[in-house]
Amino acid sequence: MDTTQLLVTLAGVAAIAWVNWYFFVAGRGAPAVIATAPSGPQEIPIVVDGGYAPASVAVHSGRPVRLLFDRRDKGSCTEEVVLPEFGIRRFLPTGNVTVVEFTPSRKGTFEFTCGMGMIRGKLIVK
Amino acid sequence: MPNSATIDVSGMTCAACSARVERALKRAPGVTDAHVNLMTAQATVGFDPAATSPDQLAAVVRATGYGAELPLPDRTAEEELDQRDSARTKEESELRRKAAMSLTAAVLTMLFSMPLAHRAGPGAMVDPAVRLMLPLSRALESVAPWLYRLPGDALRWFLLLLTLPVVFWAGRHFYTRAWAAFRHRSADMNTLIAVGTGAAFLFSLATTVAPGWFQGHDVPPDVYYEAVVWIIALILLGNFFEARAKGRTSGAIRRLMGLRPATARVRRNGQDRDLPIAQVVAGDELLIRPGERIPVDGTVLEGTTAVDESMLTGEPLPVTRGPGDSVIGATVNGTGAIRMRAARVGRDTVLARIIALVREAQGSRAPVQQLADRVSAVFVPVVISIAIAAAVLWFDFGPDPRGLHALVSAVTVLIIACPCAMGLAVPTAVMVGTGRGAELGVLIKGGAALQRAGETSVVVLDKTGTITEGRPTVTAVVPSSGFHVPSEGRLKLGTPNLELVVLRAAASLEMLSEHPIAAAIVRAARERGIDLPAATGFGARPGHGVTGTVDGVPVAVGNPRLLEAVGIPAATDLVDRAAGLEEGGATVAWVAIGGSVAGLIGVADPVRPSSAGAVQSLRAMGLEVVMLTGDRPRAAERVAHEVGVDRVVAELLPESKLAEVRRLQAEGRVVAMAGDGLNDAPALAQSDVGIAMGSGTDVAMESGQITLMRGDLRGVRDAIALSRSTMRVIRQNLFWALIYNVIGIPVAAGALYPILGLRLSPAMAAAAMAFSSVSVVSNSLRLRKALSKE
Repeated sequence: MDTTQLLVTLAGVAAIAWVNWYFFVAGRGAPAVIATAPSGPQEIPIVVDGGYAPASVAVHSGRPVRLLFDRRDKGSCTEEVVLPEFGIRRFLPTGNVTVVEFTPSRKGTFEFTCGMGMIRGKLIVK
Repeated sequence: MPNSATIDVSGMTCAACSARVERALKRAPGVTDAHVNLMTAQATVGFDPAATSPDQLAAVVRATGYGAELPLPDRTAEEELDQRDSARTKEESELRRKAAMSLTAAVLTMLFSMPLAHRAGPGAMVDPAVRLMLPLSRALESVAPWLYRLPGDALRWFLLLLTLPVVFWAGRHFYTRAWAAFRHRSADMNTLIAVGTGAAFLFSLATTVAPGWFQGHDVPPDVYYEAVVWIIALILLGNFFEARAKGRTSGAIRRLMGLRPATARVRRNGQDRDLPIAQVVAGDELLIRPGERIPVDGTVLEGTTAVDESMLTGEPLPVTRGPGDSVIGATVNGTGAIRMRAARVGRDTVLARIIALVREAQGSRAPVQQLADRVSAVFVPVVISIAIAAAVLWFDFGPDPRGLHALVSAVTVLIIACPCAMGLAVPTAVMVGTGRGAELGVLIKGGAALQRAGETSVVVLDKTGTITEGRPTVTAVVPSSGFHVPSEGRLKLGTPNLELVVLRAAASLEMLSEHPIAAAIVRAARERGIDLPAATGFGARPGHGVTGTVDGVPVAVGNPRLLEAVGIPAATDLVDRAAGLEEGGATVAWVAIGGSVAGLIGVADPVRPSSAGAVQSLRAMGLEVVMLTGDRPRAAERVAHEVGVDRVVAELLPESKLAEVRRLQAEGRVVAMAGDGLNDAPALAQSDVGIAMGSGTDVAMESGQITLMRGDLRGVRDAIALSRSTMRVIRQNLFWALIYNVIGIPVAAGALYPILGLRLSPAMAAAAMAFSSVSVVSNSLRLRKALSKE
C-alpha cells in the first residue's frame, strides 16, 4: 500500500466516522421546546424546511395540543406529517401554516415523522 | 366540562388586531379561555356550552370589525384534499417539464460523449454504460464524422454547457432540499442524489477546466456529464410517475367526499327553498325528488321509495324506505319522492363519520412497518458510509485508473439506494386498502386492525343479529281446522284465505302493543298489504298476551295461559304444530277469534339469506367458523346446520362468550369476532379483531376495530379477504423494497466485480431506483380493484 492509498483510506475512515457522528450522535440531546401556555391549548410552532425546527417538543398530557407546522420547503419528502399514535396524517401545503390538533391522554415520548418516516421529530408528553 | 371551538378570523393584519379579538372574546360571557393566532388566522375559544355557543362567539368576533366563520364539518378534510391535489398537479407539471428537458439533454450528452469514449478506447472506460454505447458510436461516426474530428476540449466544454441547465434548473431542488435537510442533521433521498451527482459533476468540471493537471498525475481527464444528466433525467421521470400514482391513492376518500350533495330542498315556514347543506339543521323538513341524493341522515315522513345505499354499505340492491324508516345522507333516492325529517347533520352524519374514520385509519401505522421504519431512520447515512467504503476499496485494490473507478462506484451506490420505496411500501397500501374497504362498506380502523384481520385463523359469530336478522319475524301463520269466519260483525276480508283473517285480527290488536313479537305480527300484516282496522277495548296482560275487540268481534292473542284465563278451549289439532315451531326456536302466539281458537302465529328470528353462502366462503378461505349463542342446543343446532358452521357453542351467557374467545386465544388462534356490539361487547373487545356489524344509521361505528356498514356476514368475508390482500401487497412491497436495496447496493459497490467482472453504471442505477419506488406505489394501487369480481 503506497502513501496515497494510506491517505485515501484514512480519509475514508474519517469521513465515515464523521457522517455517522453528524447524523446520529451530534443531534441528540437537543433540548425540547416546551409549550408554555398556562391554560387552554398548548401551541408550538414548528418550521418544516427539510427537517423540523424544533425537532423536539414537550407538552402536558390531558390538554389540547396545537402544533403549527409552517412548511417552507417544496420537497415531496416533507409534504405530510404523521403522528401514528394519534392517527394523524396531514398534508402540509408549502407556504402555509397547518394546524395539527389533538389531545394527548398518555404520557410518554412519541414521534412525528414525514410521510415516509425518514424525517423525524419527537413529542414528549409530560 | 367546557367545550372548545375554533373560529376562522379574517382581516387581521397585525398583533394588535389579534390581541383585540382575543380581548373581546375573553370578555364575552361564558368564555373560559380564548387564544387568537395571527399566523393561522384562527381563534380557539374554551367556553361553557350552557352560557354561550360557537355562533354567539363568532358574533362577538364580528362585532370587533373582523370577519368570523365557523369551520364547516369536513371542510378541513376537503380543503386538505384540494391542497393535496393542487400541489400534486403543480408538482406533476413541473416534473414533466423538467424531466422532458433533462431527457433531451441526456440524449444530446450521450451523443457528444461518444467521440470521447471512442477516442479513449473500450478498455479505458470506467463507466460500463459508455462501453455498451460503443457499437452505437460506430454508427454515429458514419452519420456525423465531423463530430469525431472535434478536439476533446471542445467536446468537454460543450457537454458542460449541456449539463449546466440540468443541474442548476431541472435538478436544482435536489441540492437545495438536501442542504436544508443537512442543516437539520437529517438526510433523505435528495441527499443521496445531490452527493452522487454533485461528486460526478464537480470531478467532471475539474477535468474540463484543467485537463493538463490530471494528465500530469496519470489520471485520464474523463468527464461524467452524461451520467449526471441521465441520473437527474431518470429520477425526475420516476418522480413524475410516482407523483401521479400517489395522487391516486387518496381516490377513495375523494369519492366519499364527493357523495355529499351541495344543497338541500328545505321546507321552512311553508316554503320550499334550496339551501346550502351547511345551513340544514336537525329537525328541518326536507324534500327529496326521485333520483336526488339524500342530503343528510333522517327519517322518512311521507312517501315510499327504493334507496340505493351501495356507496356507503356496499349493498348492491336498493332498499325500500317508507314512513318511519331511517335514511342515510349521500345515498341516492330511487323512483319515489319523499319528505323526510333531518336528524343528523354536519359532522354527525354517517358519511362524515365514515370519512373521519377512514382518514384516521390512513394516518395510523401498521406494526409490520416497524422494520421499514427502523431501516429508514438510519438508511441514508449508512448508504453514504457504504459509498465511501466502496470508493476506498476500489482505490486501494481496484484496477487503474483506480481514482475513476472509486468515484464511479461511490456515485453508483449513492444513486441506486432507494429509501423512498421503503417509506412508501406500507402507507400507500394501507391508504388504498382502507379506502377500498370504505367503498365496500367495510371500515377498518387502521394498520394494526388490518394486520390482525389478515392473520385471523378462527371467526367467531354471535348468532342473534349476526347470522340471523336479529329481529323477530313471522315465520308461520296456521289457521285451526275448526275455525270458520264468523258470520256476524265485519271481520271478513272477502277472501277465503283464513291465514290472512287470523293475521289481520291479531295485527289489529297488536298494533296497540309494544312487545317485539307484536311488532313482528303488525309488520307481517302490513307487508301482506292488509288494512288494519282499529281495535277497541284493548287490554294487555303482561306475560300472557292481549285482548280486545276487532270489527265487533272479541279477539285474544297470547300464550296458552291467556286462553285458559279467558276461558277458551285449546285447539287440539294445532298442539303438535306449535311444539314443532317451538322446537325450531320460534315463539308461538295463539289467536282466538269470537271465543274459539282461530289459529297460531309462529314468530322467529330468521337466518339471513346471505349467511350460509358467507359462512361457506369463510371456510373456503381456510378459516374455522364458530357460532356462539345463548339459545337452547336444539334451536342452535338447527341454525348451525342451516348455515354450515364448523362448531356451535349453545346456552352461553354473555360472560361465557368472553371465556370462549379467551379459550380460543389460549390455543394460540387469532380470533375475529363478529357481533352487533350490544350483548356481546365484552367478547368483541377481547377478540383480536372485533367486527361490529351494523345496518345503516344505527351502526356503532366506533365500537369495533372493523365496522361493517351492512349487517350481513358477507361483510366479514370481505373484511378478512381485503385485509389479507392488503397485507400481501404490504409484504410484497416491503420485500421488494428491502431486497432491492440489499442486492442493489452491494452490486453497485462492485461486489460482483471480482467474480464476474460485472459492474453497474450510475445511469443504470438511476433507472433502477426510479423504477423501484414507482413499482411499489403501483403495486399498492392494485388494491383499488380488490374484491371487485362480484
